[in-house]
Formats: sequence, structure tokens, C-alpha cells
Amino acid sequence: MGIMPAPTRWLLIGEWRAQPLRIAVAVLAIAVGVALGFAVHLVNSAALASFGRAVASVQGRADLAVRARSPAGFDEALYPRIARLPAVAAVSPVVELQASWGELARPGERGAGAPKVDGGRFTLLGIDMLRAARVTPGLAAAMAPSIGNQPDWDGDPLWLSPALAKAAGVKVGDMFGFTAAGTQVRWKVVGLLPGSEDARLAVIDIAGAQWRFAQLARLQRLDLKLAEGVDADAARRAITAALPADAVLATPEDEASRADALSRAYRVNLGMLALVALLTGGFLVWSAQALSVARRQPQFALLAVLGLPREGLVRQLLIEGLALGLAGALLGVGLGYGLASLVVTQFGGDLGGGYFSGANAQLAFPPLAALVFGALGIVTALAGSLAPALNAARQSPAAAMKGMGERPDPARPPRAWPGLALLAAGGVAALGPPLWGLPILGYAAMALLLAGGVALMPALVRALLAPLARAGSGVPAVDLAVRRLWGVPQAASLALSGIVASTALMVAMAVMVASFRQSVDDWLVAVLPSDLYLHLEAADAGGLAPADQARLSAVPGVTNVRFQRLQTIRIDPDRPAVMLMAQGGQASLPMVARTDAPAPPGSTAVLISEPMAWLYGWRVGAVHGVVIGGVERPLFVAGIWRDYARQWGALMLPIADYRRFTEDANASEAAFDLLPGHDAGAVQKSLAAALPPAVAGQAQFGRPAEMRKVALEIFDRSFAVTYALEAIAILIGLAGVATSFSAQVLARMREFGMLRHIGVTQRQILAMLALEGSGLGLLGALAGCTLGLVMALVLVRVINPQSFHWTMDLALPWPVLGGLVLALLACAAGTAVVAGRRALGQGALLAVRADW
Amino acid sequence: MRAETPFAMVQPFVAGPPPLIDAAPILSAQGLAKSVPAAGGPRRLFAGLDLAVAAGEVVAITGESGVGKSTLLNIIAGLDTPDAGDVRIAGQDVARLNEAARAALRCRQLGFVFQAFHVLPHLDLARNVALPLALAGMPQREALARAEAMLIKVGLGGRGGDWPAALSGGELQRIAIARALVHAPPLVLADEPTGNLDPETARRVLDLLLAQARDEGAAVLIVTHSEMVAAAATRAVRLTADGLAAGTTLAA
Repeated sequence: MGIMPAPTRWLLIGEWRAQPLRIAVAVLAIAVGVALGFAVHLVNSAALASFGRAVASVQGRADLAVRARSPAGFDEALYPRIARLPAVAAVSPVVELQASWGELARPGERGAGAPKVDGGRFTLLGIDMLRAARVTPGLAAAMAPSIGNQPDWDGDPLWLSPALAKAAGVKVGDMFGFTAAGTQVRWKVVGLLPGSEDARLAVIDIAGAQWRFAQLARLQRLDLKLAEGVDADAARRAITAALPADAVLATPEDEASRADALSRAYRVNLGMLALVALLTGGFLVWSAQALSVARRQPQFALLAVLGLPREGLVRQLLIEGLALGLAGALLGVGLGYGLASLVVTQFGGDLGGGYFSGANAQLAFPPLAALVFGALGIVTALAGSLAPALNAARQSPAAAMKGMGERPDPARPPRAWPGLALLAAGGVAALGPPLWGLPILGYAAMALLLAGGVALMPALVRALLAPLARAGSGVPAVDLAVRRLWGVPQAASLALSGIVASTALMVAMAVMVASFRQSVDDWLVAVLPSDLYLHLEAADAGGLAPADQARLSAVPGVTNVRFQRLQTIRIDPDRPAVMLMAQGGQASLPMVARTDAPAPPGSTAVLISEPMAWLYGWRVGAVHGVVIGGVERPLFVAGIWRDYARQWGALMLPIADYRRFTEDANASEAAFDLLPGHDAGAVQKSLAAALPPAVAGQAQFGRPAEMRKVALEIFDRSFAVTYALEAIAILIGLAGVATSFSAQVLARMREFGMLRHIGVTQRQILAMLALEGSGLGLLGALAGCTLGLVMALVLVRVINPQSFHWTMDLALPWPVLGGLVLALLACAAGTAVVAGRRALGQGALLAVRADW
Repeated sequence: MRAETPFAMVQPFVAGPPPLIDAAPILSAQGLAKSVPAAGGPRRLFAGLDLAVAAGEVVAITGESGVGKSTLLNIIAGLDTPDAGDVRIAGQDVARLNEAARAALRCRQLGFVFQAFHVLPHLDLARNVALPLALAGMPQREALARAEAMLIKVGLGGRGGDWPAALSGGELQRIAIARALVHAPPLVLADEPTGNLDPETARRVLDLLLAQARDEGAAVLIVTHSEMVAAAATRAVRLTADGLAAGTTLAA
């Protein structure tokens, strides 16, 4: 008979022609899910790839690199020592500094719609051209033709990457003014670096770098080329043995994986949300197929009588689902690509997460990923078609022909144990540890809890309604509605699942975002007690000299200044750098744990941030060694503070100790307390005037109120995608509920006809349907809220900490939750009534006869 | 004259009270006409149809499929409006009543038995039978008690707590009969009540329907294909496009 016997083909194609709108909606639902997932993947890979390329071009693609633990660098005497090692064929010394030009944009003002600023950050490399030519030819290539050809340079020569030249608006031959290490210079652009489109990079001669930017006898990096045929591990061991305390060995893969790790948790989070969108698409397919099957029950009965075996019917309906999925997948992949292009231009490659600013993301079309996401869409559509297909095959054709159709049996109550088992499994999974740095078990717990809640609903409805069903209310419409819900809750399981899942997801995400936002706000209030703040961008190696600090402190209106020095240091070569914060004066921090015990003699008391405690496993009261200023110093952990700003850890020690360990007396931040009665704006102007001109472009002033506002805006922007996906999930869930109500009503047409015959009015039937809808909506919403709160707990206590290494306090936004639940209730009742209206026409009356 | 048929017991004129011939008919329809939309213009189902059913009568309406028998029943019940003519049930003009009043009429004055039993699967047997009483506002306990009594009469006594899923077709139809008579309506409308049953069961069900109707004093209007059913009625008429014509009948 082939895959599709003629009668089934005729009837099924006829169905599609008769219901094009429903088919289109189901296809669209799958397409939206696939598009979102694919778009998120595309944008993230593009951003990552671009970021990776940028990082790689800054590194110059050497075999290995010796890197300094902090921007202060290491003694250049290391260079000849490493060069003499037999395993090393060539060494290129590098000075690497953070630099900036013009006015820098404030942190909250990136992306589309931001005011245009004529400044930015870039990386300045000082290299020895001859040595670099052997180790990192990419960096040195541009320099070769120019050297020796320029008899009269107005300043030292400078080579820019095309990305930097474009951003700064300079061409070859122009003068370019910039600040690095606290020094402002103006040099001539003599050439462009090929092959560095993504990075903002400038290259100068190393001697000039060391002399002009106060890096005499210091280097930040040694790029190494290993000798031919040498064993890599042996070479690594030999080099590591020769390193002083303030240098570590790194491979390019480490750098790339560090870049990957920086944003991995965020990307996985987005991916999970896209998965939610896809699942709700599957749900809509399920409800659309259920509706379609309910309508065609008599046709299927006829087919069975004519000789189509049950497996044939199941296969037929699955093929329908497959076709839906295929159409949706194709559409979704195309839509996803379009969406990704739009998003990259509007929001930047990190979708507002703040990880990849400055990188220029270009979208490519990856066929494999498209195939995977398309397949996901098809599988979802198939899964959604499975239950209705099996259900249709289960109907006894003879009974359907006589018009008895589905005969649910209230004597068999729905089973509670599958739902309970899933919930229990979810609870166990929620207690699990992170896997590969990701809260995989946490996500699994969310899925299990959701599935368990949905599976438990029929049994729960039965149990909750039993007292009401027994007692009776005396109002026929109420009694009929209650008895229907109590007697055959499985029939309503589709609508119930939709309501419960929608509500649970909505509540979980709303509570998580509200808790997070409240915690961030509270934290901001705690860490910003002063009246005015000054921050220098790109000032790792520069900053405010002691003289500048004195001048700032003397500005009228200022009662107290706390200076802070920020440096990045590498503690663990496998992890991103930690932020070292040398704090002058008493810091105001929200503490999570502390001890009043004094530091053991010889060690220095420090505070660490929550992410650092999580990542490095350091506890309060422990002593750990960290290399600061070239020597390992014992540090005593006196407390742990909550920090949302630095995801990879921060370490705070008194600035006096820092200045003792290093020779760095500069400051990169300042917090000013003002005298009462002094206008902050005026004081800010005086302070700006008192700044040295070299750092004027890097200086950013901020007042706590506006800093809080900007931070919360960044927060909201990074959750914009979450909000959007949540809204889509809810809409699709509600659409599914509407469709499933229609399916229910269709299946009960004859019942309504009979009721009208024995004297039930139209209004009573509508009231009964409204009550059923409201009852389902209420029970579903209550169950969904409870489930959602449990899932929110998992999000707040498990997924967020394991992803981002910070904790937050739970906050329940009651007004929002209440409003959303009421809206859901209204929708449920409304869709039930609308679906019921059709049942009250002549169709119902005539459906009372067995013939159709 | 007593006819030697197996259905002697259902002939109301053999035993029991004499018919109330001079009482007003329970159902009186005059000049009914109805057309239905069809491809190529409206198709006339019937016109000039007159029908009177006296209390306690059993009238069978026969006719071809599609001739409009179900539509006629719906018109009588007030669920459909005729193009012309009027219907009076227990003296009330159905056309004058609004929707709520018609529903009340159906609830109190009419009983229905369908071909496809239409028992609600999510109510137990007693509640299914008690449905018309509950709709009329009777307190639950009293309604259930009367339903149990009715169940005994149809031979399903003591099974009020069972579920419809457990019953056979014949038993379900008995439930439907119980439901149609539990509120003692003066008129029962039956649309092919034996259509879904095998001949043995059909005869038993029909006997039950007519016996119970006679006990409760209800008139029965049956639409049927079946010769057997037509033969069991007091009067049989044939529905044609021009109205009702006399059909075969077993005169008392």
C-alpha cells in the first residue's frame, strides 16, 4: 500500500486545505522556537569568534608565551635567561600596555543609541622588530618596509590595526594622540598591521615603549618559538622552572579557552531560554494536533473500518507532525539568521551581557548548526504529535462510528506516582554540584520539576475537587463543571499542562529577576557610600601619581578621599585574572562571612569576594600565598564580601601593604566625601581641572544615584532577552490552552446537544464552560505558582551561583505575580467560553444524531 | 379486539384506564412547514403538517432518511423554529416563549431518548438519571432518591454508584429511558431509540419504554425506521414532504 494509502491521503490533504490557519500557526510556533535558538547560537559564535580573533592577534600566535602576573610586568633580565634555554629557538620580548585615546565612553553607554564619543581603548604593544619577525611574524610584518626609510619622523613611528585606525578616524600619515601608562603622547601613524581586523591594536618599537612609558627594564610578555622536534611537555617544564614568581607560562589555547569561559555561563543561560521557546512551540503543536484529531475522529473511524491498521494511523499522524516540523524548521533557520543579523547590529555581539564590547562580530552561516537546530525543531514537532496520534489510534472505531467516541472512565483515577517520582528526581538533581563549571544538574532539576508538576496535575485536580464534588452546590452549571473536572481530569490534561507550565516558567523567571535586581540594588547602595567617585579607564600601568592625589585631596569641598589602586593579577594560570584592589581607608562592603581573629604574624589580612571564594575554594581564616610585586606574600582571609561586578574574583588589601609590596604608589580610583552644602557638580569641575592632562580623557566621574541607575539599566538590558523569551513562552502557552479548549469542546459536541435537549439553556452551558475554564485556570495557576516558586529557588540558590559564582537574596514580587495570575485566569475562562460558543449553534443540536 | 402479537402488553387500550379522549391533547402542532438550505436553493422538508398527540398515546413517525424526522422533533421541542405553523405543548405556544422559558419547558414537560444514548461519562448512573430533576432545582438528596427509584423500575436497581463506562449499549439506553421519565413529563420524544441495539435488546428496551411511559401516564412520540417499533405504537404516521400521512397502524 505504500507509505500513504490513497484514502488517507485524500482525507488528510483535505483536512489541511480546510484548516490552513491552524496549520500555519503550528508551523510558526516551531519556527519561532528554532529561530530563537539558532539566532542565539549564531550571535554568540560570531561574537566569540571575533573576540577570539582579536585576542589572538594581540598575542601574535606564538607557540608559547611567558606572561607577567600583573601589569607591572617582570624584570627584563628574564629574557636572556629564557633565550639561552635549549628548548627555545627564538624569543621576542613584548611590552603590553592598556592605552586609550580621546574621551572614553562611560560603561553604561555602549551599543546603539549611545552618545557618540571620540575615544576608545586599545592595546599598545612594544616589540623588537627583528626578534618578532622570527616568533610572531604577523606583528612584525608591517614594520619591516618602513624602518630605515623615514629620515625625518615628527614623532616615534606607530603602526595601527585597521580596526583601530577606523575607530579613531586616522589614516597613514596622520598624527595620533593617545595616553598609556599615565603618559600622553602624539605619534605619527606610518603603517597598518595586516591581518588584525578585529583587534584594536597599536604596535611601536620596544625601546620607545620602555623609555616613553616608564617601563624601563620591565617586560609584560615573552613570545616564544620552540626548537624543532623538541618535546612540548619537557620544554614547558624547563621554561617554568626558569620563571620568577611574577611570571607564568601560558599557551594560546589557554587564552582562547579563558575567553570562552568568561561568557560561557551567560551563553548557556541564553541557550536554555531558547530551549524554553522551542518547547512551548512543541506544546502548541501538541495542542493543534489534538484539536485536529478530535475533529477528524469520525474520519479515522471510517478509515479503520475500511481497513487501515492502527499502526498506519499512528504513522500517518506522525508524518503530519514531521511535515509540520520540517516546514517550521526551514522557516525557523531562515528567520533565525535574519534575527541574528538584526540583533548584532542593534545590541552588539554579547546581547547586552557586556562581555564582548569592542569586538566586531560578523555573522557566518554554519551549515552544521543550522542542521542541528532544524533537527531540534523537527523532533519537537514529532514529539508533540505523538500523544494525539497514539490517542487517536486507541479509539475503538466501532464506538466512534456509533457516536460514543471517547469513553473516559472516572472509576480509574489518574495515577499520582509518575508525577511524584519526577518531582523527587528534580529535588535530588537540584542538590547536585556543578559539572564542568556549569549548573547542568540545576537545569535538569528545573526540567524534572516542570515535568513532574505537569504529570501530577490530573491527580491533584481530582484530589482538590473531591470535597466539592461530594458536597454539591445546588447550581446545575457548577455541579456539572465540577463533576466534569473531577471525573475526567485527564481529558483536560493538555490545557492544564499549558497553564501550569506557562505559570511556572513565568513565576520562576519573574522571581529570579526580581531577586537578582533587588540584590544588585542593595549591593550598590552598600558599596557606594561616598558622594562622588572618580575612575580612570585603561590605567593599569598609569593612574594618579602621589602628587596628583595630594592635589585632588586639597580641592575645596572635599572632606575625605579614599584612593584605590586596581590591578589584575594571575593567581591560577588556568583561570582568568583576579582583580586586586588596594584600598585606602575603610571600605564599605556587604560582608557574607568574616572573622575578627587577627592575622597570623607575617601575613597580611585581606578580604576576598564571593566569586573568588567559590572559584578558588578559599575559606575565612585560611592563609594562601599570592605573588604580589615579584614575591609570594602570605595572605590571611579575614572576610568574604558579596560582589556582582567582578565575576572572576577580587581581592582587597590595604593600600599601605600594597605600596609596601610593590613600588606602585599610584591610584586608579578615588571616592570623595563632600562637605555638606557643597554642590557636587561644582566640586566635580574643580577636581577635573586638578587632574593631569594625560589622564583627563580616561577620567570618569560618577555620582552614586546615577551610577546605580546606569548599573540597573545594564542589568535590565542584559535581561532583555530573558524578558522577551518569557513573554513569547507565555503567549504560546496561552495559545495552546485556547486550542486545547477548542479540541475539548469539539469532542463534547454531542454532550452539549443532549444537555440542550433536556432543558439546559445556552447561558447555562456557557456558564458551565466558563466555570470549567476558570476552574482549570485557577487550579493550574495555583499549582503553577507553587511549582514556579520552587523552580525560582533552584534558579536563585543553584543555577545562578553555579553559573556566576555569586549569591542573592530571594525577593517575591507579589503585585507582579498576582497580576499575571489574574490575567491568566481571565484568559483561561475567556478562551473556554469562546470555544464553547461554537458548540451552541445548530451543529450541537444536529450532532445529537449519530450520523455526521 | 385483542391482537395475537408479542406486543399485546404495550397496547394501552387493552388494559389500564380508558384514554382521556376528550382532554386537550398534550401536543398540538398545526400547519408546520420547514425548509432547509441546500445547494441550488432551499429544500422543503415538509409543509402543512398537523399533528396531535393525546395524553398517554404512543405515536410512531416513520419515513425515509433525510425526510426531516429529527428536525420535526427539534421543532416540537422548541430547539428549532418552523417557517410556518405553531406548536402547543400542554396548552403553551412554544413559539411565544423565550429561550429560558423553552429550556424550562423541556426540563419539566419533555423527556428525551436518543439513538446514541448520550449518557454523561463523568457522572455516575444515579446522577445521570437525576439530571432533569437537578436542573429543575430539586435538592440533591431528593433527586438522587427518585433516581434510585427509577433505576429499580428499569431493572438497574442498586447500581446508582456505577459508571457509564461499565455498561453495555442496552443498559445505557435503559439509563436514558430512566432519565427521560424521572421527572414524570407528560410527553416523551424518542429519536430512533432502538437504532443502535440488536433486535433482542431493542425489543426489551422498547417494551420498557412503553411500559414506563404508560405507568407514568406519559405520551410518547417515537421517530423510527423500525417496523417493529411502528407496530408497537397506538398510531403510526408517515412523514412526507407534504406532511403526515396515515401509515400502518394496529387499531385497537
